Amino acid sequence: MTAPTPTTGLTPEVPPPGEPARPRSRPAQRLGDRVFSGLSTSAGVAILVVLAGVALFLVSESFPVLTADGADIPGGEGFFSYLAPLLFGTILAAVLALLFAVPLSLGIALFISHYAPRRLARTLGYLTDLLAAIPSVIYGLWGAVVLAPYVVPSYRWLEANLGFIPFFAGPASANGRTILTVGVVLAVMILPIMAAINREVFLQTPSLHEEAALALGATRWEMIKMSVIPYGKSGIIGGAMLGLGRALGETIAVLLVLSASGGISFNLISRANPPTIPSNIAAQFPEATGLTVNVLIATGLVLFLLTFAVNFAARAVIARRAEFDGAAG
Amino acid sequence: MTATTTRPSRTDEELPSVYRPLPSWVLPALGAGAAFLALGLRALLGSGPVLTVVFAVVLFAILVNVVSRRVEGQRRAADRTVTAVVTAMFAAAMVPLLSLVYTVISRGSARFDLDFFTLTMRNVIGEGGGAQHAILGTLIITGLAALISVPIGMLTAIYLVEYGRGKLARSVTFLVDVMTGIPSIVAGLFAYALFVLFFGPGVRFGIGGAVALSVLMVPVVVRAVEEMLKLVPAELREASYALGVPKWRTILKVVLPAAAAGIATGITLAVARVIGETAPLLLIVGTTTSLNLDPFNGRMATLPVFTFYSFFQPGANPQPNLDRAWTAALVLMLIVLGLNLVARVIAKSFAPKGSR
Repeated sequence: MTAPTPTTGLTPEVPPPGEPARPRSRPAQRLGDRVFSGLSTSAGVAILVVLAGVALFLVSESFPVLTADGADIPGGEGFFSYLAPLLFGTILAAVLALLFAVPLSLGIALFISHYAPRRLARTLGYLTDLLAAIPSVIYGLWGAVVLAPYVVPSYRWLEANLGFIPFFAGPASANGRTILTVGVVLAVMILPIMAAINREVFLQTPSLHEEAALALGATRWEMIKMSVIPYGKSGIIGGAMLGLGRALGETIAVLLVLSASGGISFNLISRANPPTIPSNIAAQFPEATGLTVNVLIATGLVLFLLTFAVNFAARAVIARRAEFDGAAG
Repeated sequence: MTATTTRPSRTDEELPSVYRPLPSWVLPALGAGAAFLALGLRALLGSGPVLTVVFAVVLFAILVNVVSRRVEGQRRAADRTVTAVVTAMFAAAMVPLLSLVYTVISRGSARFDLDFFTLTMRNVIGEGGGAQHAILGTLIITGLAALISVPIGMLTAIYLVEYGRGKLARSVTFLVDVMTGIPSIVAGLFAYALFVLFFGPGVRFGIGGAVALSVLMVPVVVRAVEEMLKLVPAELREASYALGVPKWRTILKVVLPAAAAGIATGITLAVARVIGETAPLLLIVGTTTSLNLDPFNGRMATLPVFTFYSFFQPGANPQPNLDRAWTAALVLMLIVLGLNLVARVIAKSFAPKGSR
């Protein structure tokens, strides 16, 4: 998960100039060498096979859905009308989470990297790492028991005062288990990991850049604006995308918090919320039989493709930064 | 929050001609003023405690900006405002996280007793019972997952660092990245889709859960071990080759021992990462109320799934189930935090001293 560390690390592939680190003319291949390199290569190939297997099994198990009669699909109107609200809910919840988490994670990361006293900063960094490891089921319990009841009055207020905005049209949920609450819980869940990534990125800013800015008379904020943020921009974007990928795939916390009963709606505070793909799978799968299982696996395949696309975009952004660093020396 | 910059005072066209920093009493005074105003707003609007604090912080930021602009100029005012905002954001983000830890500990301690660790839920209705079956199930399944993923992950990392060249290595690196992003529920579906081919529909057993967890764990292990192997200086390898040691012995006897502490840390963290996974186990392992120690035969209880069901389907008499759910959550949290602590101790005590 600490992907954006392209420039650090003493890679053995890069020999010091002039003297090859590894002898080009390899020593005679001994039996042990062949066994060992064969073993490690086959482990690498095993990864290829496993991932191909994931894709293959998911496709083969979801294939019956495409050929099945639309009336046999739950809901009775074919697979895509079954999928649409799920996909909508998944993306809506994840985007809401990102809206909350991006500014906060930047704030946390900046605080730890540039504002907190040095000794405190190390402890705080360690603390955020610890929080990133707390299992999602615990976040789910907290969201359902503590957060959801707590936000009910705020939703009432939003409905009464900002009800003209479609997002807050209401009627406000009586138990607070809405898609907006889910967004907040997901934001709390992805905050630690995003803050950790941003912190790493900020700490990598060359101190010469920072010192140069300060020497020119910049205030701390101007220094951050001029040297830290531009340097870390693509790292921040990459971290946000990784957080988005996590939020899209989150299952149990959503299932525990969300009261899912509705279809596609931008109303964030009402009782009728669209379910998300993973929470729907977890809710239906244990009792599912026959074609329903295939339908659920097909939605899982869609989720897989979605997170794959998001993660791929994140890697591309981070890799572009690595190239940029290489060019800058 | 005082003395934000540490540069010598100097004249500058954008700064007031004589730079005077804010006297040290100003910020506390502004804070008190903001708090007072927020309390006034609370009396006026009836806002809750959280909203009151938010008001106070916003008012404080505005007040600081206004005062600092008059005394110190535009640029310093912006700097002070950002300092206030960043600190407030950090504090705001800590609130839910602290609330979470507090909730789990306070609610989980009700059933945190010996029975919880020594009894199962077999034939238990209402109070009593425990999660021994779930704790053991979690340990078995996670142990099996580690048994599968550690060799594969370590060998893959060795391949990538020591052997891998060209297309295959690049695609393995790429696919490990892809695997890192697989949602846990998809890993569960994969395990189900795999085993359903051999055992028919409705298959549920522990080893399936171990396979699903391995899918999530392998990329973490690969990444961690890869990073550690890359940190081993090339000189160590060269010295070994110069003595005529074959490559495989060099890797086994020189490279791996040099990276051992880091590898152990990485694996511990990988275990901590998957031990709390709920979704895949829900799909492929299911749950049960009795002790099942055979991962190849039938449903097993695991701590995360036990937590989930105790809370999600508490039944007609919910309170005992809810209590057990919170205690299970507490135990799970302690296990995860304990593993993180162990990882930290390993990293610290075995770290090579001196050279770096």
